[in-house]
Amino acid sequence: MTTTGVASCPRTAGRVTGGVRVAAVADGRGGTALPLLAGEGALAVRRTGTRAWTQQSPRPKGAAVTLVGAMSAPLGGDRMRVEIAVGADARLTVRSAAATVALPGRGGESAWYDVLLTVAGGAELLWLPEPLIAAAGSDLRMTTRVDLVRGARLVLREEAVLGRYGESPGRLASRLTVTVDGRPLLDQDFRVGPGSAPGWDGPAGLAGHRAFGQLLVAGSGTATLGPQLLTRASDVVQAVATPLAGGAATLVTALAPDARHLRPLLARTLEELLDGSATDIRPVPAAGPP
Amino acid sequence: MSAALLLLTDGRFPAGGHAHSGGAEAAVAEGRITGAATLAEFCRGRLHTTGLVAAALAAAAAAGADLLALDDAADARTPSPALRTVSRRLGRQLLRAARAAWPAAVLDQLAADRPRGAHQPVVLGATARAAGLTPLDAARAAAYESAGSPATATVRLLGLDPFQAAAVLARLAPEVDAVADAATAAAHRARTEGTGALPAASAPLLDVSAERHAAWPTRLFTS
Repeated sequence: MTTTGVASCPRTAGRVTGGVRVAAVADGRGGTALPLLAGEGALAVRRTGTRAWTQQSPRPKGAAVTLVGAMSAPLGGDRMRVEIAVGADARLTVRSAAATVALPGRGGESAWYDVLLTVAGGAELLWLPEPLIAAAGSDLRMTTRVDLVRGARLVLREEAVLGRYGESPGRLASRLTVTVDGRPLLDQDFRVGPGSAPGWDGPAGLAGHRAFGQLLVAGSGTATLGPQLLTRASDVVQAVATPLAGGAATLVTALAPDARHLRPLLARTLEELLDGSATDIRPVPAAGPP
Repeated sequence: MSAALLLLTDGRFPAGGHAHSGGAEAAVAEGRITGAATLAEFCRGRLHTTGLVAAALAAAAAAGADLLALDDAADARTPSPALRTVSRRLGRQLLRAARAAWPAAVLDQLAADRPRGAHQPVVLGATARAAGLTPLDAARAAAYESAGSPATATVRLLGLDPFQAAAVLARLAPEVDAVADAATAAAHRARTEGTGALPAASAPLLDVSAERHAAWPTRLFTS
């Protein structure tokens, strides 16, 4: 397994067993070019075409890439890293080919997965990976760091599922930190599973829910509206959309019994956000360049 | 143990905390708190998430960190606008009482910088500093409060035996101390690493139910 060419995160310095680096830049003709598209070890990345922000968008299309797990990972002991930089006025959509399944390592060590996303002014990143599944006995420490410049736009979806179907939960610590011009916009550390914080599955914790999702729409041209409950107290999915304090940003927080119930709500909300068809939550058209 | 800490955490100190259930009213209504056992688990879960974050913010403020940077950090760790409003309202009430009890220029400055109220744990930490208390004192006060307010509220909400509520808190005391220790250590790291070193433990179900609770037409507690 090669470890060359992938910078290791200072916080998790050590053996990197999989890494992806992508740089997207405006190509000067209204499109987006990918001067850097590199995968190492357990992770690969492929260009998968273009995607517009909306079907009717008059704005130029961006690039789209898909992350592909080249082998079973992350296993305990693995250190994976994804670095994506979207330059000024470029537009990039990142998906993944399949769910990421965290599995136990032989020695019971933790696995580490660090994602670093930077989005420059006038740029747009849609980060839409498939769910992360914490299999029984696994122990994954994930960090997602997003640095936005004012004038950048971000759509980010995160889904975490505890245990494969019918399986007991693995342990997961997943911290999502988003900054705008260096100021914190959102900082959430989700710590669940056996051996994590006491009370993690109790009445102030997951209360039996096994799937957790977040959808963040942030930045330039994004509407911030009042909080909106997306489900009723008696529903199996508990979800709310809330405006964040630090600027134009809306966060959808959802808990569900399993992945099957979580995805439809997030998918529906995401479609509404992308198509602009929602009456309450929608991105407003971005102001054009002066 | 300083008598100033006893006063700061005394339920009779006019800081307005009695009007808040720490999410217990919504949890009772949704059937997640039904008695002493589920109350204990609720308090435990809140202590290790919301309580840890509040304790670290309070410890950092008590250690003399930049209060407005901590206030921003609290915002980023509070995605629920209902909970942000509550925290700032409680912060404003606490600051009013604190400025009377322990007058200090830093408290006057915070009131001027955040006229609608700074986040309560930030005010708590700044108050502790003005009262001559340590970062660990501030962390203990915040951590204890995170478990204490649901326990006290549940006595009213469920008619729970007050002795049982006290027993819940007594059994949690070692965990409150451990959370305060961890929060204080993080606050010391934040002095060199910035507010990103402070814990950000999230409690998504508490965020959803806080928004639901805020939309109730009538309720016993503000939050």
